[in-house]
Amino acid sequence: MATEVRPADYGWRIEDIDNDEMILNMGPQHPSTHGVLRLELRTDGEIVRAARPHIGYLHRCFEKHAENVDYPGVIPYTDRMDYVAAMGNSLGYALAVEKLLGIEVSPYVQTIRVIMAELQRIASHCVAAGTYGMDLGAFTPFLHLLRDREKILDLFEWTCGARLLYNYNWVGGVSHDLPEGFVKAVRHFLREFDAITWPELVDLLIGNKIFVKRTAAVGVCSPELAISYDLTGPNLRGSGPPRDLRKDAPYSGYENYQFEVAVGKGEYGPLGSCFDRNWVRVLEMRESSKILHQALVRLEKQEKTDVREKVPKRVKPGKGEVYFRTEAPRGQLGYYVVADGVGVNPYRVKVKSPCFTAMSVFHVLAKGMMIADIIALIGSLDVVLGEIDR
Amino acid sequence: MHERLVGRFGERITGANLEAASPYTVVASDGLLEVAAFCKSDHDFAFDNLMCLSAVDWPKENPPRMEVVYHLLSYKHGHTFALKVYLPRESPTVHTVESVWGVANWHEREAYDLFGIVFVGHSDLRRILLPDDWVGHPLRKDWQDPDFYNGMHVKPTAQMAERAMGGEVIGVGPFDFTPPNRHVEPHGH
Amino acid sequence: MSEIGGLIHNRFGDNLAFTTVDNLVNWARKSSMWPMTFGLACCAIEMMATGGTRYDWNRFGLIPRGTPRQSDLMIVAGTVTLKMATRLKRLYEQMAEPKYVISMGSCANNGGPYWRYGYHVLKGVDEVVPVDVYVPGCPPRPEALLYGIMKLQERIQEDRVLRRKGFTLGSLAGAAMAPEAAK
Repeated sequence: MATEVRPADYGWRIEDIDNDEMILNMGPQHPSTHGVLRLELRTDGEIVRAARPHIGYLHRCFEKHAENVDYPGVIPYTDRMDYVAAMGNSLGYALAVEKLLGIEVSPYVQTIRVIMAELQRIASHCVAAGTYGMDLGAFTPFLHLLRDREKILDLFEWTCGARLLYNYNWVGGVSHDLPEGFVKAVRHFLREFDAITWPELVDLLIGNKIFVKRTAAVGVCSPELAISYDLTGPNLRGSGPPRDLRKDAPYSGYENYQFEVAVGKGEYGPLGSCFDRNWVRVLEMRESSKILHQALVRLEKQEKTDVREKVPKRVKPGKGEVYFRTEAPRGQLGYYVVADGVGVNPYRVKVKSPCFTAMSVFHVLAKGMMIADIIALIGSLDVVLGEIDR
Repeated sequence: MHERLVGRFGERITGANLEAASPYTVVASDGLLEVAAFCKSDHDFAFDNLMCLSAVDWPKENPPRMEVVYHLLSYKHGHTFALKVYLPRESPTVHTVESVWGVANWHEREAYDLFGIVFVGHSDLRRILLPDDWVGHPLRKDWQDPDFYNGMHVKPTAQMAERAMGGEVIGVGPFDFTPPNRHVEPHGH
Repeated sequence: MSEIGGLIHNRFGDNLAFTTVDNLVNWARKSSMWPMTFGLACCAIEMMATGGTRYDWNRFGLIPRGTPRQSDLMIVAGTVTLKMATRLKRLYEQMAEPKYVISMGSCANNGGPYWRYGYHVLKGVDEVVPVDVYVPGCPPRPEALLYGIMKLQERIQEDRVLRRKGFTLGSLAGAAMAPEAAK
């Protein structure tokens, strides 16, 4: 039983490949990857025989930082992991630490958190669908969705001052209360979203024959494969199983909202294709809009409490550990927080990022595809390398 | 659940903590594969999903140990559970669970990369996040930053630390060059 | 445009423009900088937003190109890790002269929020490539990036293309690196 690991034992060597095959490198800088991802492809002409993703080009040592700063100080670092959907990350961490401390926030704060998380979900899926179209060559939906995403970012900036990385969900509350007129502004945004943005997206991109042809038969992932490789979120729901943490293990008041779980139906091709995963994201945008309408109604009925009243002056949980999972826009985001009860820093924070496991199934799905379909596959898995590499 | 595991595996189970926020059972490292396979195949457990595989380093415990924590989820029944394995800190090895849950492949590569835990029987144990020629395993508690890696600074320089701690020299870098801009007066400092 | 008084001043109305070749070349260079999008992390999203319709950078002449061979500006947006740094250097070397580098965001400036315990983070992209403009922020607002681009345009306008003696590196910061090479 050798304990020494030699990387050369596992690499592809030039002598091993057939005469017709070549090793192609889709390097870390590429206009079509969603971050710095390197793909090593063994191709026979245009058809990929084997693919190997290499990650780690954005490894920013989140877990080391988490051990050296105090509990509230980790929150800006959590934002920067999945930078397209920052509200979801800090929500998961804040809820995990609150479970360790045994804090229960007021319903008002819970509703605020739900509103922010759902707005962020719409914004994140805007980027996902937009960049997916752009990867496949459709530039216009990207511009339209980015314009509409700017409206959401305006709302966030109005509340907490930042456009992209907010440091908003604190342990025990949120950092800023909603400003005057926020509800009206969100309703205005939702009016435009429901009437213009969503139908336009479906018209321009999803119903487009070229888009359908490029994605509907590509990257089919069966439900068993998806579960065994721990695909979660839209990636899993695109293959069939209607698993959504907001329904299965609700947190932060999600049990009070009525919404459906979007699943892929396999209308244009086999179930579990790239089209289905993307379609689940588009449907989720509409479900988020429903949740937001309900949340706004709930917010107006609730009594306002101080959003920082339960924020402890010093976060020092006793010895213990917790694994808490939330439904981020990319899947099930899990935080394993270990507290040793001695210092003000967490002892260990391990993040289980949904894109990490989504990327691990890549080498299975990529066999037999053409290189252009590889692009479609990565886009449909909606990977954000900041979250994979942490 | 713990009782069922103890009843079945007896001496392989070496501890538990069922009052924690996420309850867990401690398994001896040589019995891990059997327990994992049982957890997946048993009808009442049906843990078909490995949610997260983490490694934690406890150098100051008595005895010092490294843990590998497996958080399991059952889609069928909806319950969660955790298994832990205690390993010695020098040359920690444990059998891979890749054959039980396919997702463990990448998780174990990451644990090897950052902690140095070798998973026996793994099909592709390479570094995943750090470069292939990196020396050491950074998330261990006794990690020291090296000064250089291939000619680039790794440990922050004293100048950076001083500036961050309140030193006043701003804007000094290796390529500090301010040309005269004839259109605009320099802003007052 | 510099004024040339004397014989031909005001003789031909608005149909003739007088300038130096340097000014003309600089104006052409600054008005159509094509960036190679080196979007790595969160700043890449803000860079995308700068390219979007609200903070359009196309009106400055910037058209993002995917390849270093066709671009003359590299906007390093996001954290550069040690694993990525060798690729960064290689891509910089593949760009043709004159080339400029904007370091966008605090991670590219000096390691950003990861400066202290980031064992895998390059503490500033100026360890591997010469930088012309540093845009601070985490992430910088699109207006800040546009301001950085405008500052770079001002400096390009000052550049001495024909009048420089001897051999220097093409970028402005490169010229500062080796001022004594102008022999």
